[in-house]
Amino acid sequence: MKIIACIKQVPDSEAKVKAENGQVTWGDAPLVINPFDEYAVEGALQQKEANGGTVTALCIGPETAREALKHALAMGADEAILVSDPALNDIDSVGAARVLAAAINKIGGADMVMFGRQTLDNGAGVTPPQTARVLGWPMLGWVGQIKVDAGSVQVERVLEEGRQTVKANLPAVLSIVQSIGEPRYPSFMGIRKASKAAIPVWSVAELGVSVPAAVVTRVEISNPPTAETVCEIIAGETPEAIAETLADKILAEKVL
Amino acid sequence: MKTWVYIDHFKGEVQVASWEALGLGKSLGAVTAIVLGSGVDAVAKAAFEYGADEVIVVDDASLADYRAEPFASTFSALASSSTPDLILLPTTARTRELSAMCAVDLNSGVLTDVSALSVDGDKVTVTRPIYEGKVLEKTVCNAKPQFVTLRGRAFPKPAQEAGRTGAVTKAEAKADVKSSVEGYSATEAAVNIGDAAVIVSGGRGVSNNPSLGDEKAAAEKGFALLGELAGLLGGAVGASRAAVDGGFITYAHQVGQTGKVVAPDLYIACGISGAIQHLVGMRNAKLIVAINKDAEAPIFKQARFGVVGDLFAVVPALTVALRKRLGK
Ligand SMILES: Cc1cc2nc3c(=O)[nH]c(=O)nc-3n(C[C@H](O)[C@H](O)[C@H](O)COP(=O)(O)OP(=O)(O)OC[C@H]3O[C@@H](n4cnc5c(N)ncnc54)[C@H](O)[C@@H]3O)c2cc1C
Ligand SMILES: Nc1ncnc2c1ncn2[C@@H]1O[C@H](COP(=O)(O)O)[C@@H](O)[C@H]1O
Repeated sequence: MKIIACIKQVPDSEAKVKAENGQVTWGDAPLVINPFDEYAVEGALQQKEANGGTVTALCIGPETAREALKHALAMGADEAILVSDPALNDIDSVGAARVLAAAINKIGGADMVMFGRQTLDNGAGVTPPQTARVLGWPMLGWVGQIKVDAGSVQVERVLEEGRQTVKANLPAVLSIVQSIGEPRYPSFMGIRKASKAAIPVWSVAELGVSVPAAVVTRVEISNPPTAETVCEIIAGETPEAIAETLADKILAEKVL
Repeated sequence: MKTWVYIDHFKGEVQVASWEALGLGKSLGAVTAIVLGSGVDAVAKAAFEYGADEVIVVDDASLADYRAEPFASTFSALASSSTPDLILLPTTARTRELSAMCAVDLNSGVLTDVSALSVDGDKVTVTRPIYEGKVLEKTVCNAKPQFVTLRGRAFPKPAQEAGRTGAVTKAEAKADVKSSVEGYSATEAAVNIGDAAVIVSGGRGVSNNPSLGDEKAAAEKGFALLGELAGLLGGAVGASRAAVDGGFITYAHQVGQTGKVVAPDLYIACGISGAIQHLVGMRNAKLIVAINKDAEAPIFKQARFGVVGDLFAVVPALTVALRKRLGK
């Protein structure tokens, strides 16, 4: 079983991200593997354990993104590939999907390609279905459980309306959610192995595709208006007394 | 500008944000609503009542259960023959997939989770929160049709005009079967915290009442109390990840970074500490109320009103007090 996990590097969720001089900045906050993509790596490793095979972590990003790939290696991925090219700085999600699909083909295809549900930075959640579309493979989104059986995969999709069981032939694209289980911590051995691993870097030219022109472009960034909330603590002799005051305060806000 | 609005529904039950999208579409001119599914006459009828001028319906047994590929191929075929400029959709798990795939098919782009939109001539500029809402970006899509999925509750829902009708156009489904739906677990009731005007949310604190037995037993009672308050207010029950991980409530209820981003009018956080990953999911609520035993809990920094106390005492008392005032 050949499994590819697509991961991205993003600023840590605790980072104080802001818009400054038309740029997004996060100071010296650390860059980490996109938290949703840890579930993708976890799902991939679980399937490797269940069926045998290999897990390849794949990322489009700058040189710094090696660290995110190393995290995947330390968790247990067998190899990692970085697609890095200044020409890719401004691609949109369709462009990213085309480049990922080309990289997946260059790797030699896969039985399953696993994605996170969405990125913390862009937050679109569109790259997995777009990659599936470019590859022409079935898309199984928001997956919390996976069972592979002779050339097909059955998954449980965790949706707002309940859990849906869906079956498709392999190869398939999956996006993985939290119900897959807590991502494993890198082991000591894993960290050592990752620190020594050679991570090949592929340029767009090596992928044999042209740089996709971005259709979606950012024209401006700004900081959201900051509403300074001052919390009014409602006190009282008894819970009932507190509740009476609180109920009045809530109704006075006219939100009900 | 030729505007289409995709009416997202689950087995005939329409996502409210679809109507919000219709309302926005109407403000730009005439609107065509698109309804895909099987046995969806009622959905088409409702689309007229919420303002659609025309409805294109693809009613086909192959579209009974939503799957990305047949929906995307059917929609792409419609859009490539009728060439709309702008396609508005509510933001749901389904529409993210659908619009994403159609954008590939039609060599265009998609702007998701949009919280504001402006039109200048035939140029559409949208605002979308990025980096978990820490920054806003204005973006444009330089191809057509441009797919724009709207954040729930970011645009007003139009009034329903009973009996309003119009012309229905029937169209064909396009077969593209790549997966089969094997079943559905009924264990999870339909929850859509994204649509709710009021959310009463519980965290690990909901499991903390030793007088009720172990954590699980306490949490069951605790979430029942939250459910009562939510029910009274016509709202939904939300949860922190700690409550979901504890097995006290299902993932569909989870608010936050790895759960759902919500923006209700009222959010009551009970026994939730206020970790950043939770805050990013609810800080756009109009009014936030926090009930927590710990006066130092960070949730109070985000709340307008706070109660330092035991949720097992405060929540039922609040239900009583509000019931009295609402005359229910
Ligand atoms: C990558 C990543 C993604 C994450 N995504 C999410 C997410 O989507 N959503 C999310 O919520 N979290 C998320 N988290 C987890 C988050 O960091 C916190 O761990 C979590 O939100 C804590 O949940 P909690 O507030 O319920 O629990 P705790 O932090 O344990 O807080 C419980 C609170 O309850 C109070 N309390 C206890 N008993 C009572 C009582 N009887 N009455 C009143 N108050 C009481 C306590 O004072 C305490 O403040 C994520 C974390 C990571 C690393
Ligand atoms: N630059 C990238 N390199 C590799 N995978 C990516 C990249 N961008 C997005 N992805 C994958 O696509 C998912 C959804 O991304 P997005 O559509 O940006 O929300 C992520 O969780 C990743 O699994």
